[in-house]
Amino acid sequence: MLKDFFSKKKHASKPSEEAKQDIPEGLMLKCSDCGKIYYREEMRKQLYVCPNCGHHHQLPSDERINNLFDEGSFMEYDTDLNTGNPLGFPSYTQKLEKDQLKTGLKEAVVTGEGTINGFRTAYAVMDSRFRMASMGSVVGEKISRAIEKAREANIPFIIFTASGGARMQEGALSLMQMAKTSAAVQRFRDAGGLMISVMTNPTYGGVSASFASLGDYNFAEPGALIGFAGRRVVEETIREKLPDDFQTAEFLLAHGQLDDVINRHDMKKYLTTILDIHQAGGNVS
Amino acid sequence: MKQVLEFEKPVIALREKIAELKTFTKESDLDLTEEIVKLETRLEKLENDIYTNLKPWDRVQMARHAERPTTLDYVEKLFTDFLEFHGDRYYGDDAAIVAGIAKYKGRPVTIVGHQRGKTTKENIRRNFGMPHPEGFRKAARHMQQAAKFGRPIICFIDTKGAFPGRAAEERGQSEAIARNLMEMSGFEVPIICIVIGEGGSGGALALGVGDRLLMLENSTFSVISPEGAASILWKDGGKAKEAAEKLKITAPDLKELGVIDDIIPEIRGGAHRDLTSQAELVDQAIAEHLSQLEKLDKQVLLEQRWEKYSNIGSFAE
Ligand SMILES: [Zn+2]
Repeated sequence: MLKDFFSKKKHASKPSEEAKQDIPEGLMLKCSDCGKIYYREEMRKQLYVCPNCGHHHQLPSDERINNLFDEGSFMEYDTDLNTGNPLGFPSYTQKLEKDQLKTGLKEAVVTGEGTINGFRTAYAVMDSRFRMASMGSVVGEKISRAIEKAREANIPFIIFTASGGARMQEGALSLMQMAKTSAAVQRFRDAGGLMISVMTNPTYGGVSASFASLGDYNFAEPGALIGFAGRRVVEETIREKLPDDFQTAEFLLAHGQLDDVINRHDMKKYLTTILDIHQAGGNVS
Repeated sequence: MKQVLEFEKPVIALREKIAELKTFTKESDLDLTEEIVKLETRLEKLENDIYTNLKPWDRVQMARHAERPTTLDYVEKLFTDFLEFHGDRYYGDDAAIVAGIAKYKGRPVTIVGHQRGKTTKENIRRNFGMPHPEGFRKAARHMQQAAKFGRPIICFIDTKGAFPGRAAEERGQSEAIARNLMEMSGFEVPIICIVIGEGGSGGALALGVGDRLLMLENSTFSVISPEGAASILWKDGGKAKEAAEKLKITAPDLKELGVIDDIIPEIRGGAHRDLTSQAELVDQAIAEHLSQLEKLDKQVLLEQRWEKYSNIGSFAE
């Protein structure tokens, strides 16, 4: 689905054959849901939400951060963590390098802090363009450290999740990042910290089954696919055809698994309200 | 019929031959004692060669052995006054997880473990030890009680993983696992987790966060099954043997990676050979680690637990 959106195939009808020859590759984007074609720049201004059908496409982490935080207010934590190859897994290093070149990111999560309409907040934004934002040691470590920093600074922590699940090439070290990040959340909770989780497409496996589900409030973007096991695995296991909306944000909301589904265009205002209510504090006597 | 593992076949064959000769000696005038002694020496050497050089895939077979002792087998040997309690109080009672209270050498403990069956019928009832959310929530409920009443928690891990079904997803499989990971990191009582068979992915880890993570020598602990990894990596589930080696899922490998704290030795030929002897080895490990943990002040216990988890991972800075 995400691949379609960024594919450079020009089989759609919108731009004429001539026009296509003038357009550099990647200038146009096609909505993976309704098929309409837009200029990339126009789509970018729309935060990659299709103006026609409202489909939420993948939003690069830098654009999400730029859009959510007040101008000039944000900085990045832990920019120097480098992923190793602890299991000596064949071609893992090359795969990482390839995605680093492709995305300009060092790893699948960007962490830091900034202000959202004046409210100082720590953040973690996962980016599924990098190894499907699977969770390896660096992803787990950066998220744990961001939560610890939020605890020490006594500020809220907001995470935008996206992940295919575990980073298989790091074996059990990947699995243990679930425990590490969840332990960090527990410490943050004990200290009275506010954590908001916003699940974006897709949020699966070890990420879904750890910090993504542990916010004081858990939200999702419209249409985001969220689950522990993937649809294909579930279908093979129970030998049953699943409904089309299985594991969508709306499906989870209907099953009581989410606080709400929030449109990307409303996100900043919505989060600001929550931050404001918590800033006012409880325990008013 | 006893399940025979591929790598054990030479041992089994030799054992059968020895038995045959013994019968023959008894029933005929021919004395083959000398020959038998020779073969027994060979058997001793062969067993030693095979069982001290188990490959990851051999251990996978061992961990999955149909007669391998389960949680309830160990509970019966190691604890007294065990009372099993049921239900998560929200939805149902998941037979893939057993939980309850008991005494361990006189002191009260809470026990939680995955429970698979040894027969097809029992496996179906227990969903092959693959829990639904209500199983994890039952476990959480008992561990919360342990924390309330100050009882140490002993967890037995033995699952291929959390059940990947529709109902499990609808009822919040992810949330149930995540909550266990988080809460287990904060319970102010000693938690000892022991992988006794297969430790598959998040469903295993959901009973695996504590002060000690121990593994039986021939158990496995993995982020994904070797078959699953092979089918993702090479689009060929048949390359599971290769994946088992690459994934580093055995106790010695995981000790080296810093994922587990200790290895509990197994009797030669595997835990299923003699439950009583194996249980003694598990008993020694629990006694040793529990006595270390019981000495610690609550705050120190939690601080050490956090240190342990915050240090797991591999990266350069
Ligand atoms: Zn559209």
